[in-house]
Amino acid sequence: MHFPILTSLIALPVAGSILLLFVNGDEERSAPLVRNIALVVSLLVFAETLLLWSQFNAASGDFQFIERHAWIPAFGIEYFVGVDGISLLLLVLTGFLTPLALLSSWESVHEKTRAFSICVLLLESAMMGVFISLDLFLFYIFWDAMLVPMYFLIGVWGYERRLYAAIKFILYTMAGSVLMLLAILGLAYLHYSTTGAYSFDLLKLYELPVPLHTQFWFFLAFALAFAIKVPLFPFHTWLPDAHVEAPTAGSVILAGVMLKMGTYGLVRFAFPLFPAAAAYFAPALAVLAVIGIIYGALVAMVQPDMKKLVAYSSVSHLGFVVLGIAAMNTQGVSGAVYQMLSHGISTGGLFLLVGMLSDRRHTRLIAEYGGLKKVTPHLVAAFLLITLASIGLPGLNGFVGEFLILLGAFRWDPRLAAFAATGVILSATYMLWMFQRVNYGPVTNEKNAHLADLRPREWVVIVPIIAVAILMGVLPNLFLRPIEPSVERMLNHVHQGAATRIHADGRQPSTIGHEPSAMSHQP
Amino acid sequence: MMSSFNAIVPMACVTAAGIATMVAEAFRDPGERMPIAGLGVVGLLGAAFATILLWNHNTSSFGVVAADNFGLFVTGTLIVVGLLSLAISGPTVEREKLPAGEYYTLMLFATAGMMLMATATDLLVIFLALEVMSLAVYVLTGIRRDSPASTEAAFKYFLLGAFASAFFLYGIAFTYGLTGSTRLDRIGSLMAAQAMSPAPTQFLALGLLIVGFGFKVSAVPFHMWTPDAYEGAPPAVTAFMSTGVKAAAFAAFVRVFLSAFEPLHPHWGVVVGILAAATMILGTVVGVVQSNVKRMLAYSSIAHGGYLLVALVSGNDFGKGAVLFYLLTYAITNIGVFGVIALLDIADRPNDQVSDYAGLGNDHPALAALMTIFLLSLGGFPPMAGFIAKWYVFSAAVKAGYTGLAIIGVLTSVISVFFYLRIVVMMYMTATDNPARFPAVPKVAGAALVVSAILIFYLGLLPTRVLEWAAASISTIF
Repeated sequence: MHFPILTSLIALPVAGSILLLFVNGDEERSAPLVRNIALVVSLLVFAETLLLWSQFNAASGDFQFIERHAWIPAFGIEYFVGVDGISLLLLVLTGFLTPLALLSSWESVHEKTRAFSICVLLLESAMMGVFISLDLFLFYIFWDAMLVPMYFLIGVWGYERRLYAAIKFILYTMAGSVLMLLAILGLAYLHYSTTGAYSFDLLKLYELPVPLHTQFWFFLAFALAFAIKVPLFPFHTWLPDAHVEAPTAGSVILAGVMLKMGTYGLVRFAFPLFPAAAAYFAPALAVLAVIGIIYGALVAMVQPDMKKLVAYSSVSHLGFVVLGIAAMNTQGVSGAVYQMLSHGISTGGLFLLVGMLSDRRHTRLIAEYGGLKKVTPHLVAAFLLITLASIGLPGLNGFVGEFLILLGAFRWDPRLAAFAATGVILSATYMLWMFQRVNYGPVTNEKNAHLADLRPREWVVIVPIIAVAILMGVLPNLFLRPIEPSVERMLNHVHQGAATRIHADGRQPSTIGHEPSAMSHQP
Repeated sequence: MMSSFNAIVPMACVTAAGIATMVAEAFRDPGERMPIAGLGVVGLLGAAFATILLWNHNTSSFGVVAADNFGLFVTGTLIVVGLLSLAISGPTVEREKLPAGEYYTLMLFATAGMMLMATATDLLVIFLALEVMSLAVYVLTGIRRDSPASTEAAFKYFLLGAFASAFFLYGIAFTYGLTGSTRLDRIGSLMAAQAMSPAPTQFLALGLLIVGFGFKVSAVPFHMWTPDAYEGAPPAVTAFMSTGVKAAAFAAFVRVFLSAFEPLHPHWGVVVGILAAATMILGTVVGVVQSNVKRMLAYSSIAHGGYLLVALVSGNDFGKGAVLFYLLTYAITNIGVFGVIALLDIADRPNDQVSDYAGLGNDHPALAALMTIFLLSLGGFPPMAGFIAKWYVFSAAVKAGYTGLAIIGVLTSVISVFFYLRIVVMMYMTATDNPARFPAVPKVAGAALVVSAILIFYLGLLPTRVLEWAAASISTIF
């Protein structure tokens, strides 16, 4: 039996946080030890994700490193985890951003450091769990459990309006996901009435013929949960609040990883489980995505607050991801997965930089800054690189994903691609304008005249981000290679599913619906 | 089915312990400290031992008490309730200078009544058990004789409870008039024979019984007494009655409606379904606006009754199992929550406003962490037991085709998260001005809370064993 590496991705952070419980003593003395333990644990997890990547067979689109144990046998619930090309790099991303998030809070979090580190580690564990679960019940557990540490991160260590933002975050996300829970239950019951056994096994449920009418409802329930998480326009209103009020570490993880769970959910669950409904609703999703791209960009342009600007830019960038998924061709979906990683890197980087500025000046308002280039040249250089990465300059990470997505969208419907492409231009406008107002011109505010440049710890945080951004821009194939086989496999499944469904539908249109006869003619 | 005396051994143990505490109190010198609660623990452990021995034997005594697995599962839940309640009562009894002998005696007699209610298979015995339980609980509610709120609560609870008992008796009378029996099995077979063309009096009997049970499980619109009683009673008593009474009443509710009246399920299902929806909605919506923690949790407890009603109305094997599992997890969690409230309740200051919890996370990190676990479990967050319990209920509803109820259930549980989190917000995210106002935590009560928290995680992460017990319980009688 091989080493259960996926389980250890979940278990290690939990073990780390239990270890932290035993670090006693007053804040002053215990804080450095606490920070170091948390950092070491998160680095170990990152090393494990890299190990996973190195041993991953990139040629195969199947699930690998599978672990499977019965958990609640009476209901067919299993502890069933595995990883394929779609989830692999998201795991690496999670492993990569967590230590950076911890490092970014090294000085800015000086209260309840232990509780903070525990929250970050538990959050990491739950996020890993979401990406590796192949049992819907297990997936839902991690999906919901993830909200609690994030809620505490925002609510305890956030900025002024943190309580409002924390409650809004948790209620919005839960409201979406409980309906998904019902759909999961319905799916398991459908499996029972078709085969005589309950199952939450994703691979078995992929093969389950779901009646068309039921598919629609289930797809809507899943899509709502994921659309809120992404967030897709018009479900995005929780995001600016949560992002602005969260501490830097929270924003980085929220934007870097948690938003990806929505789009990951669409690719992994909503589309392959309900192919016919997905084909039916894809145009609507794409239109919402395009509206989100343009709307997010326009709103970002007028934000006086840097964090809010980055938050709205996320709405816009994730619109691209959803568009790519809705296109349902290899370019679109591969581009979408690539863009998920890329957005995690560049937006994570932006939040880290904004966090550094706000640690120095305790304000995030663009108008408070100006002329930083003369004061903090290194920080501004890093800022420039990440800004360009976020805009999608060729040679940096943002370009590849957006290009593939637009290509995929163009093959599907050129009109959508045309509208979406304006988002690229708009993003250049708002990002560069913000960059210009913050960094160029004379130093207008006396308080900015003596700001410190990057400290050693901040170098350690920002250099890896820039390195990965360049690597992803220069060697995209390194990252695309494991993604593509899995994407192909998933698309084949969706197209086949949609085709047979429509075919069957054409033959016997009267049997669509709940009644058992609708299932009797299915294979 | 074996007929013997054995089936009543668990409640006999508890009753004997109750009598022993009464005698001990009588021989106690004024001012002498005596570990009276220890007698109760011994009795409950004896009952637990008897329950384990009786498991799977399907014993029945006198034809009216059946120690089948269903009854024994609930008996086990009640033993857990009893033990945890005894453990958290110590500080309350001491601080409020309550008469210890009376307090523990009443608690044990009430527990015996609850056990009888869970195992009775005859409507009259159920009624008897209901009264044994209720009278003891009325007195416990008003045991702070110098507190007007406590007295008012007890009086309200008593009047409304007596009213409900009358409804229940009328229901029994009509049922007897229709079938000539009060035994559940005979009623069931006669009902099945007439199920095709039910007489109007059958509906009358059903309606009256629903009202009677509805009061005891505080289903809307029969919930009016709940917030007052929960607020007025000492928190340790509230912990006991919000879990024990509910468990016993639901056990009898399930037994009567899913065995004797099962043939009429399509008819009463509609009514109970509407009650369930109203209970979930009203419980959560009104809970949102409460500023007193006890009242808030009273409405939360009403809402949880609604979820249990959903399981009941679903009626399939999932539903019956869900009632049992839900009662167990709810009991452990709710005793935990009220246990924390009881520990914070000091003589000159009840600390029962939501705003009183400000800063608890700093002053009592352990207590605040426990409270957070309990509240998140009540809110149905994984990996706590509350999630598995809710999931079980909603799968029953989805399976039975009550999708509407399931949707109401999940949406109300999202709303309920709002008010559970209000307390968490206060504990962790609000600055405090007056740090030294919380009392120290006594060891026994603290240990009971820790045990509850461990059980909550155990039931949330490894529920298989208990789920199997619940499944085995329902297969014996229905």
